[in-house]
Amino acid sequence: MNNIKKNRLKDQAFKIWGIACTLLGLVLLAIFIGNILIDGILRIDWEFVMNLPSRHAEESGIYTALMGSIWVLLLTTLIALPIGIAAAIYLEEYSKKNKLSTILEVNISNLAGVPSIIYGLLGLEVFVRIMEMGASVLAGSCTLALLILPIVIVSTREAIKAVPKSIRDASFAMGASKWQTVYHQLLPASFGGILTGIILALSRAVGETAPLIVIGALAYVPFAPSSPMDEFSVLPIQIFNWITRPQHGFVENAAAAIIILLLITFVMNGIAVYFRNKWQKKFK
Amino acid sequence: MKKLLFTFLSLAVISCGNNKGQDSENGGEGSGTIAIDGSSTVYPITEAVAEEFRAVQPKVDVTIGVSGTGGGFQKFGRGEINIADASRPIKAEEAAVAKENNISYVELEVAYDGLAVVINPENDWATSFTVEELKKIWEPAAQGTIKKWNQINPAWPNEEIHLFGPGVASGTFDYFTEAIVGKSGSSRGDFTASEDDNVLVQGVAGDKYGLGFFGLAYYEANADKLALAAVDGGNGGVKPSTETVKNGTYTPLSRPLYIYVNSSSMKNPEVIDFVNFYLDEAGALAKDVGYIALTKEEYAAQKEKFNKFVAENK
Repeated sequence: MNNIKKNRLKDQAFKIWGIACTLLGLVLLAIFIGNILIDGILRIDWEFVMNLPSRHAEESGIYTALMGSIWVLLLTTLIALPIGIAAAIYLEEYSKKNKLSTILEVNISNLAGVPSIIYGLLGLEVFVRIMEMGASVLAGSCTLALLILPIVIVSTREAIKAVPKSIRDASFAMGASKWQTVYHQLLPASFGGILTGIILALSRAVGETAPLIVIGALAYVPFAPSSPMDEFSVLPIQIFNWITRPQHGFVENAAAAIIILLLITFVMNGIAVYFRNKWQKKFK
Repeated sequence: MKKLLFTFLSLAVISCGNNKGQDSENGGEGSGTIAIDGSSTVYPITEAVAEEFRAVQPKVDVTIGVSGTGGGFQKFGRGEINIADASRPIKAEEAAVAKENNISYVELEVAYDGLAVVINPENDWATSFTVEELKKIWEPAAQGTIKKWNQINPAWPNEEIHLFGPGVASGTFDYFTEAIVGKSGSSRGDFTASEDDNVLVQGVAGDKYGLGFFGLAYYEANADKLALAAVDGGNGGVKPSTETVKNGTYTPLSRPLYIYVNSSSMKNPEVIDFVNFYLDEAGALAKDVGYIALTKEEYAAQKEKFNKFVAENK
């Protein structure tokens, strides 16, 4: 009896501790967002979105950085999506369980833990210098694509794995080839999960600063990119640049830019959730 | 899928080559690009100059990166950029790389960066600090232990010391900690930090036992409310002033800021225009963004140095 009481008490204690831990994250996030909103919300207007960077905080805007971020996002998606999905399909459906595939799998998991600045150094050497892309949107996107590939591959594999075995078996029983099964059954069935993984990975990419600074993304660009070979800046670099300035106006600018960056990530996460729900329902 | 990617990448490389060709063609028409990279400390001045230059030559695209002085020199030595922003002179190794790649260059001073250590005007004891004393106050080990003035110097009052400084993300903070503590960004955390210099000014102005630091330019705007402390870098206490910052006696809290221009850029008339414009406007713009301008004569001397360099490399 005494023992049972003790265990119940422990159980209660852990529950409270768990709640506290969960709330800690939420409270911190609320404080952070509240702070940023107070600092920056009044600063956001059309001018702020459309102006070029300037030494006068009030006249400064994020146009070029925002455009750069959008370009980088689109190109990163174009590059990472096909490679990541193809690699995941191969690893999940085609590769045999042998030493090579084990090495591949371990390495992909390891890559997910490599600090982003290392990817920047790799990108600088391979894309910017050897492939002569220069400090272009394309070089930045290739670097970020490498950065998020492990996440895309792992999440795509999870999504494919989650497709019930019965679907696979049914497809094969109908005489479908492996590719037909993948293309007509597995991919559509797991698409919601794949998309969620990719969008979450992109949300990470859109906030990256270090690798892009290393490959030579700029802080001041008076023009928005018009081709993948143009120089560019991105929102996180603009924010980083503004918070290091002593004048208070720039801190407001940084807060306002952070709000816009957060909006982009929230919208992307929203899209991910929407697609996941939609596809899951369809599949059922 | 892989084939597709390959085509995509090779296309990209080809189009990159094309782009470069176009750039040099356009260069002759005064509408090329000027690539600048380097120190984030010099960045605000260069940004201001680029912004103003846009009004004069709107077709010239000036791009500025912030890879840091070292990162800038690395690109400069490879001939990847036209101008390097630097908060210190080029190092021998960096110069050697440039020489290896047949890049000669000219070093131009554009402004000074000076930090002021400020105290309350009623503070009549600590009017001069040695670097060791400042280190004792600001180093990470001081957190929670150095709380009173007499812990730093027994002759000073047995009163709490109240510290004010710029936010940890600012270049000013990096510079101060590097010069005083010896490692950039290494500092105690229990001081009133604000990105808004007015908060620091008011903090020290309203507190007899306050101590703070920020850019000298901000002190000058508030000279009536604050007092400057002298800093002893080994040759006796020196107070910061435009004079002592410029002649280098106010150490270690002052430094000249530079731009480096390479010789191959002298074939692009817009780079020459830009640098001349830079030296013409840097005085006013440096003050605008919080730095100390050189004298008119010094800018004239820098311009002469530059024009000589242009003539030699035409």
